[in-house]
Amino acid sequence: MKNWTIPIVLIVVCFAAYLVARHHRRANLSSGSQPGQLAPEFSLKDLRGQTINLVDYRGKVLLLNFWATWCEPCRQEIPEFIQLQNTNPNLQIVGISLDDSEEPVHTFYNQFKMNYPVAVGDAGLARRYGGILGLPVTFLIDCDGRVSVRHIGEVQIPEVTEEITSLLKSGSCLPR
Amino acid sequence: MGVTSVSAQATMRVPKDGDLHPASASDVPLGQLIQPEELAAGLRSAKSPKPLLFQIGFRVLYVQAHIPGSEYVAAGSSPTGAQQLRERVEKLPRDKAIVLYCGCCPWSHCPNVQPAYELLHGMGFTNVKVLFIAHDFGTDWVNKGYPVEAGQ
Repeated sequence: MKNWTIPIVLIVVCFAAYLVARHHRRANLSSGSQPGQLAPEFSLKDLRGQTINLVDYRGKVLLLNFWATWCEPCRQEIPEFIQLQNTNPNLQIVGISLDDSEEPVHTFYNQFKMNYPVAVGDAGLARRYGGILGLPVTFLIDCDGRVSVRHIGEVQIPEVTEEITSLLKSGSCLPR
Repeated sequence: MGVTSVSAQATMRVPKDGDLHPASASDVPLGQLIQPEELAAGLRSAKSPKPLLFQIGFRVLYVQAHIPGSEYVAAGSSPTGAQQLRERVEKLPRDKAIVLYCGCCPWSHCPNVQPAYELLHGMGFTNVKVLFIAHDFGTDWVNKGYPVEAGQ
């Protein structure tokens, strides 16, 4: 009987290690930037050469949109974001394109007359935001820099407008 | 691996004026789709011959997570993607088992899989399947616990 004990224990330990490793790998892709957490800081040059520092937007509600030029749901919501940016002085929208190259992003930016900063992101930034494993993904970040909502897929503008209004009423938002 | 026909509930999409990508995944014949669970089972099975897997979405997605063994080809809707895919497969036997997948966006909005499928079909490939990803790669593959790896 004792001869079987060690192999069985080894098998159980190995299986447990496998489950932990598998969970850990998945967790690395799916956790992060959960509501209530401080949004991961980053500093990127936008298409116009200006630096985007996330921390500079404290005091405003930040809508952070991961998108790509060829992504149809992204193309649907961007005109709505342009309008939101026009009508909400205490809202700042920032676009992070995940296109493979910058060239089509410039074309799109000019064609759509985008009125908010856009930069091209990479996998490192995507991972820090919990993994961007589909597009679009949109975060609403409150005036204290904490993630409030993570929208996966095309947003519903009335819903987002309501969320922005609610965030502007709370926290340490700058007076209009 | 054996890839059998499946059915899928794919939403019909009506192209709009000014739409730069009128091709949609919904245009891929239903008989050419493979469901995630079926592909995952085939990949796990030691007995099944493995198909060539091409990710035809975007590089940032591929670097974060992709199906083990799959190769990245640029977005199927882009001229670069079409050229890279053509060059990659042109010397292969036309009965080679190939699975295309993207997962960039909800199925009915994916602009990439239909042009890539059409390209291979037009080149005479007879054993091409397209992975049906209803929502996105994260929701329908990664979060289901199917195998993934990261890297270039």
